[in-house]
Amino acid sequence: MDFLSEHQPEILPGNRQLPPTQGVVEAPHGTTIVAVTFPGGVVLAGDRRATMGNVIAQRDIEKVFPADEYSAVGIAGTAGLAVEMVKLFQLELEHFEKVEGATLSLEGKANRLSTMIRGNLGMAMQGLAVVPLFAGYDVDREKGRIFSYDVTGGRSEEHGFAATGSGAVFARGAMKKLYHDGLTEEQATTLVVQALYDAADDDSATGGPDMARRIFPIVTVISDEGFRRLTDEESSVIARSILEKRLEQPDGPRAALL
Amino acid sequence: MSTPFYVSPQQQMADRAEYARKGIARGRSLVVLQYADGIVFVGENPSRALHKFSEIYDRIGFAAAGKYNEYENLRIGGVRYADLRGYTYDRDDVTARGLANVYAQTLGTIFSSAAEKPYEVELVVAEVGETREGDQIYRLPHDGSIVDEHGSLAVGGNAEQISNYLDQHHNDNMTLAEALKLAVRALSRDTNGTEREIPAERLEVAVLDRTRPQQRKFKRIVGRQLSRLLDEGGATDAASDTEEDAGPTPQSGGDVE
Repeated sequence: MDFLSEHQPEILPGNRQLPPTQGVVEAPHGTTIVAVTFPGGVVLAGDRRATMGNVIAQRDIEKVFPADEYSAVGIAGTAGLAVEMVKLFQLELEHFEKVEGATLSLEGKANRLSTMIRGNLGMAMQGLAVVPLFAGYDVDREKGRIFSYDVTGGRSEEHGFAATGSGAVFARGAMKKLYHDGLTEEQATTLVVQALYDAADDDSATGGPDMARRIFPIVTVISDEGFRRLTDEESSVIARSILEKRLEQPDGPRAALL
Repeated sequence: MSTPFYVSPQQQMADRAEYARKGIARGRSLVVLQYADGIVFVGENPSRALHKFSEIYDRIGFAAAGKYNEYENLRIGGVRYADLRGYTYDRDDVTARGLANVYAQTLGTIFSSAAEKPYEVELVVAEVGETREGDQIYRLPHDGSIVDEHGSLAVGGNAEQISNYLDQHHNDNMTLAEALKLAVRALSRDTNGTEREIPAERLEVAVLDRTRPQQRKFKRIVGRQLSRLLDEGGATDAASDTEEDAGPTPQSGGDVE
């Protein structure tokens, strides 16, 4: 990015001149991203819907991307800008790794993303915000970690679970009741889909599993073996089993009262 | 008052070429071999930190012999070229041929510019394809020419002798372990024909492996994996003698054409 800003500054998102606009620019927005840690790694997942105002702009958008071997970004906010930001972020991590011969620390990657979001502040003020969720496996500390951001680039590490995007409130509520320390990888992947289901249940901008079109949430797992995206098959199995239970109990699993 | 000597352009270029060649030959040799699943780079390198081989892009690797600071400069230039190109267009638009051309331009300009001393480096740019036919290996000598190579090559040190040895023993269907073993045998032959032992910790080995599921095919082979491959190569050499009887016949037919 430093190299780019020296040699071709015009292709960096932050350096573009924006025309003055009246009101809010309509562009597709990505919605809910959730993440959960488990002993041995972290799970990052996202629904598949992009909305533009009250219209569903895209049903099968992908909003979770690998940043490098041991980390991933999920994006909520203006889809076009967010995808470009992720592309630039991936490029930067890879470039650093190749030039220096060593990977950035997880903390370093999280900080870098923070700077990039801050660079987008001008756009965010015009309603084109990008708010990612960054999750990765910390090879030094040997555990999964989650970082959440706000539009100004403020970064905070989340413990256990986190969510971002319009359905985040509902997803977080679901995760709060379902999360515990000793989750297995399988339980963690089920938990994130449960949370996305609850978000889709109450937030119109979040898409639930679409059985008819066979569109299922994107679920990724990052552990000491690196980044792995669950296949559509695996993801559909989780979604189906949840749907099966919800046919009897539409609100999902119940937590104990005391 | 002294009048400058007249030096003919031919002489000047010959001097520069000799200067560069001597510099390159001072370093240790490295070899690049095609094997069944990709391309392997093998070199003797006592340093763990200063690499002779490195990744440029998804399918492209880089190897260099000669002066470290000079080729490191070119390597970083190459990474920048590749990353910028991949970002502005698409990852598929970064090719070894394009990169080799850029390197040839740079080396050629430096070689013929009177203001600079010629670079004492010899580069190899290799790209692994989907199939063996898609593999590309380019050798870039100090003067900015490009040589399209196939099968095996050696640069730096007593490269000529090593490539002769490789040409005689290399075939495209080798497994990684066999190719590695051959490379080490070739590297351990001294100019006077005696062999010396190169311990595994003094070897630098990297592969461009087309079977790797990740997008980035470059991988360093170090530590336990390296010693396992070296042992395995030795074991199969002895064990598969009988199996290999069937092997060489069609391959030697291929060599002749």
